[in-house]
Amino acid sequence: MLVLCCGNPDRGDDAAGLLVARRLRKLGIDCLEHSGEGLSLLEAWQGADEVVLVDAVVTGRPAGAVSVWDALAAPLAGWPLPGSSHALGLAEAVALGRVLGRLPRRVTLYGIEARRFELGKRPGRALLRGVVEVAKRIRADGADRRPPV
Amino acid sequence: MSAKVGRNGSRSIKVDYLTRVEGEGSILVKLKGDQVQDVQLRIFEPPRLFEAFLRGRHYLETPDIVARICGICPVAYQMSAVHALERILGITVDPAVRLLRRLLYCGEWIESHALHIFLLHAPDFLGYPDVISMAAGHRELVEQALRLKKIGNRVMTVLGGREIHPISVTVGGFHKVPAKADLRVLVDELAWARDTSVAAARIVAGLEFPDFKQDYEFVALSHPEEYPLNEGRLVSNKGLDIEVAEYGEQFVEQHVKHSNALHSRLRERGAYLVGPLARFNLNFDKLPETAQQVAGECGVTPPCRNPFRGIVVRAVELVFACEEALRLIAQYEAPAAPRVLAHVCPGVGHAATEAPRGVLYHRYEIDERGLILNAQIVPPTAQNQKRIEDDLWHYVPQLTGLPVETITAKCEQAVRNYDPCISCATHFVKVQRVG
Repeated sequence: MLVLCCGNPDRGDDAAGLLVARRLRKLGIDCLEHSGEGLSLLEAWQGADEVVLVDAVVTGRPAGAVSVWDALAAPLAGWPLPGSSHALGLAEAVALGRVLGRLPRRVTLYGIEARRFELGKRPGRALLRGVVEVAKRIRADGADRRPPV
Repeated sequence: MSAKVGRNGSRSIKVDYLTRVEGEGSILVKLKGDQVQDVQLRIFEPPRLFEAFLRGRHYLETPDIVARICGICPVAYQMSAVHALERILGITVDPAVRLLRRLLYCGEWIESHALHIFLLHAPDFLGYPDVISMAAGHRELVEQALRLKKIGNRVMTVLGGREIHPISVTVGGFHKVPAKADLRVLVDELAWARDTSVAAARIVAGLEFPDFKQDYEFVALSHPEEYPLNEGRLVSNKGLDIEVAEYGEQFVEQHVKHSNALHSRLRERGAYLVGPLARFNLNFDKLPETAQQVAGECGVTPPCRNPFRGIVVRAVELVFACEEALRLIAQYEAPAAPRVLAHVCPGVGHAATEAPRGVLYHRYEIDERGLILNAQIVPPTAQNQKRIEDDLWHYVPQLTGLPVETITAKCEQAVRNYDPCISCATHFVKVQRVG
């Protein structure tokens, strides 16, 4: 199983995925930090059978709330954050992967509800609760562990 | 997007978020009858203050700091910075280092041009809202684009240490240079990229282009022997021919109320255009024969004044970048040392290089300790802002009889002719259409 944790360390709660990655490593679970840029996500999960994605989301739930989606079951349209970019986001990567037949057999998305995205701000406390919960759930879901040192 | 009709019959078209551009901006077009009353390219990406961050930092930190301005064209920022600083320190780099820098830049052009041509701009011409919708009908084209972009990124990784925000570039050269064998592994993929780019340029040339031409002042670097990337004089089709150090005498940056990015103007003649169209028109004779032939087959010859045909010109430049990368790899011999060390001395240095979107000017002043006293960074999108607004002033009257949704889509397409990078410029655009 490939765990891809997406985020931006300089944009407040948008760091959610990266914070989960750091926590997973402490738990002995292999994962990759990723910017969330869609085209490179397509490359990152190429050849993987099962992928777990972690990212900040905005759905209107309280900050730090955790949502889980089967990314292959339904389009993630409307899920990505508002804005625009040269780069595709995670939801667009899944959508493009679906059209091109470039999706792993299983893609699970853990979304942590985010609220503040200001440049240079630290993640909010409420978000951190979601970070802890997602790390625990990924471990419980059976992510690979590093061999003991 | 929203549209309003005023009491006096005026119409406003507002595109709240300009998509498929980098950063946040909008467009506002106000119409009264068939007359355009106002056009504003509103850049509300917050100011990013990189020039202020640089003050007080050691000059050696500059390439890594300025690379963070953009995830699409970090090499451009690094190149303009190191050239400007090397001019202060009197550094002349090893010819092999110069070659590697040009090769690194080719990698960035390949990934950036492939992204914009096929994934961001082609959907406009083919009538799709985005590349995801386009992929269903043009799967092979999208797959090719992804592979092209990947090859560009691969070049950047081999030379720069990673594909985004490379870490090997430094003042005086590189922290580490590749062996010949490290570059040879790129040859097969780059040869595929060149051949695919030629075929793709022919496809792009078959798109439908609006009949729209403007009397642009094109500004680009010009080098006596090569298509410009890292150095040259600043020239235009209207008489400009200066050393880069004279930039401040000829160009001025102005704040406008509706934009967080400064507008650039030529002091004497106002708005001007930088980017592929300018480079192509001013440097056609420096393109390799393959790229010149492709341009001819694709129906673009200088002077090309239709900004919508910029997508074809960009494809020609993609051919060039692949061809040039292959040429450079064939010539490469590792330098004796990866970098030149220099004694610090105070001074002022200027440089301009050709980012994928056009001229990128940097100016630095450092003190006797090597600390930066002042920095000025003028990105291509900031320079093109006024020109983008002027294009819309002249293009929208052709569209006034169309439904608002169609006008909006065509205005967005016109803005994307410039591949604007708003994040770079603010140091840019939700599109708001009022009309």
